[in-house]
Amino acid sequence: MASARETILWRIRRATRDVPEDERLEDVAVERGYRTRDAATREEIVERFAERVAEYEATVRRVGGEELPAAIRETLQRRGVKRLVVPPGLPEEWVPEGVETLRDAARPRLTKEELDESDGVITGCSLGIAQTGTIVLDAGEAQGRRALTLLPDYHLCVVREDQIAGLVPEAFARLEEAVKSEGRAITFISGPSATSDIELNRVEGVHGPRILEVLISP
Amino acid sequence: MTTTAGPPDAFSTGKTPTFEQSAKRSLADTQLRRNLGKATRTIRAKRAIAVEEMPDWEELREAGRALKERVMRHLDEYLLTLEESVTRAGGTVHWARDAGEANRIIAGIARGHGASEVVKVKSIATDETKLNEHLQREGIEAFETDLAELIIQLAGETSSHILVPAIHKNRAEIRELFMRRLGAEDLSDEPEALTNAARLYLREKFLNAEVGVSGANFAVAETGTVCVVESEGNGRMCTTLPDVLVTLMGIEKVIPSWRDFEVFMQLLPRSSTAERMNPYTSFWTGVSGEAGDGPREFHLVLLDNGRTDVLADEIGRQALNCIRCSACLNVCPVYERTGGHAYNSVYPGPIGAILTPQLVGIGDSGSDSLPYASSLCGACYKVCPVKINIPEVLVHLRGRVVRRKQDRGNLRERLDPENLAMRAAARVFSDRERFEKAQRLARIGQWPLVRGGAIHNLPGRLAGWTEVRELKPLPDRTFREWWKLNRGEG
Repeated sequence: MASARETILWRIRRATRDVPEDERLEDVAVERGYRTRDAATREEIVERFAERVAEYEATVRRVGGEELPAAIRETLQRRGVKRLVVPPGLPEEWVPEGVETLRDAARPRLTKEELDESDGVITGCSLGIAQTGTIVLDAGEAQGRRALTLLPDYHLCVVREDQIAGLVPEAFARLEEAVKSEGRAITFISGPSATSDIELNRVEGVHGPRILEVLISP
Repeated sequence: MTTTAGPPDAFSTGKTPTFEQSAKRSLADTQLRRNLGKATRTIRAKRAIAVEEMPDWEELREAGRALKERVMRHLDEYLLTLEESVTRAGGTVHWARDAGEANRIIAGIARGHGASEVVKVKSIATDETKLNEHLQREGIEAFETDLAELIIQLAGETSSHILVPAIHKNRAEIRELFMRRLGAEDLSDEPEALTNAARLYLREKFLNAEVGVSGANFAVAETGTVCVVESEGNGRMCTTLPDVLVTLMGIEKVIPSWRDFEVFMQLLPRSSTAERMNPYTSFWTGVSGEAGDGPREFHLVLLDNGRTDVLADEIGRQALNCIRCSACLNVCPVYERTGGHAYNSVYPGPIGAILTPQLVGIGDSGSDSLPYASSLCGACYKVCPVKINIPEVLVHLRGRVVRRKQDRGNLRERLDPENLAMRAAARVFSDRERFEKAQRLARIGQWPLVRGGAIHNLPGRLAGWTEVRELKPLPDRTFREWWKLNRGEG
């Protein structure tokens, strides 16, 4: 008896008998007439990113390079974060003194329960997308495993200005290498989690962090 | 908690009512119509703004359409590449000819890990296969984690909208349901409070689940990357926290390469929730490996279940291009009034009207009625992000439904007056002399019906036509006769 795999492949070939035998994939033309490069200046792109992140009800602030550690300290204090999850590779100067840190490492790993009971997490990112106000994590340096930014109720993300891409196609181009060579998991975050399932009223904070805060620094 | 089987739909065994029969019930429900009217109006307006902002929207739609066309014409090749990529990344690929086979594979994996519970992120493919009911029979409880899906699961109902499945329920109904089924006390009917009750209930499920089940929005042949687009974070939970992840996807969801996300991830969120980008999108490639990031075991189940039959129809094939955004539902004047349940399918609205009858096969009176659930106004085609020409397929399927009745129907269907009339018409239209003779006869035959230059009441079974409109009588002379008389000699 033919396997399910063979049967389905046979059904597909029978169903597409109208396709000429010698037609190659690229013979089916795909016109890519859409924008692939943002012509705006760096400053315009950064400004647009900040605006659009803010439109998702996330808190955004631009800070100078020197001021970053103080801005982080002040932000965490204001949010009352005492137990802070810290991913591997996070710059030490970002970790304020006086907060209890829960450091994730290959061994030992923080448990789901520890993450769930923490007050928040601080991370960097892989890149930002100005067009859509999106933060992209690729599980790399200063970001860590996906669970770290999922279970805590508060996420503070630091984005460097040169990490911000203008358009969506530019972002996918930059991520291509990490996916192809390392198979990294990629997460797009655009504002805090939300639902509009009850009478289409938007409610922020369903399962992911209920509060997302972004600091942009040079 | 128990999973209650919803009412039968086109994908259950047994006959379903026709759209017309079911629509009558929906139309009589004023609460439903109020909810739907508000919801569809809101989303329509928001979507228009989100699309307006994009100067290259038409170019993106065209690229999306062309990519899907390329995939459908070479689906076998892309699926084999996908299988190879997923396997290379440490995942396991399974093939399922039909719903039963898919359900058995998924239940087998869950049982193999001794799981008595699985957490699920919304997946229409699993609604199509009735996975939850199958798992329950196997002693495995499936927990829906999307807020709306949780609501309808608790209520023992079925989805009425692709994107907002509980669009037919208002806050008071949801409050009552949560108090009764989740044991939540002192619950207000504010959406924030209701959402928080669901968060608390599901958090415990997420932390303890060993097996997660998801659908897929896209899967990349080139890299083996699978993608879930969502808003609430339950998708991230289900695809990240459990040790074992099983993803069920229709074979048509494969896309060629990683870079093609640049097209679909622009088209989908704006068409769907009218956002520049949805809150969360997860892309994963195989298993976590050393990093311990996410599931250690990943299974991808590729589902046919009628899709290859859709593929075999050269005009109907484009229905497989659908990326499940639901924009066509929100602009449809028929859907806005009847809601999703009238379609008796997990795929409601205009896209459902062309997808359901093709997936289950022409010949069931319920799903055969769906291509008629449209005024052919074309609004669905205009908003479709991958340019599926829904009106074209609707008309084509109406033709298929009629032809099947003529060729293979029972005696009653074959002697149907519409069928007999169409056959007679075909005979008359095919011969010029016969046609001209028929015109002369019709002119004589119509005189008892003409009153003041119009026909107001057709006799017998034709009366339906003139109940709501007048008919112009045939003129005294046809254009051809006039031409012969006035210019004929030249």
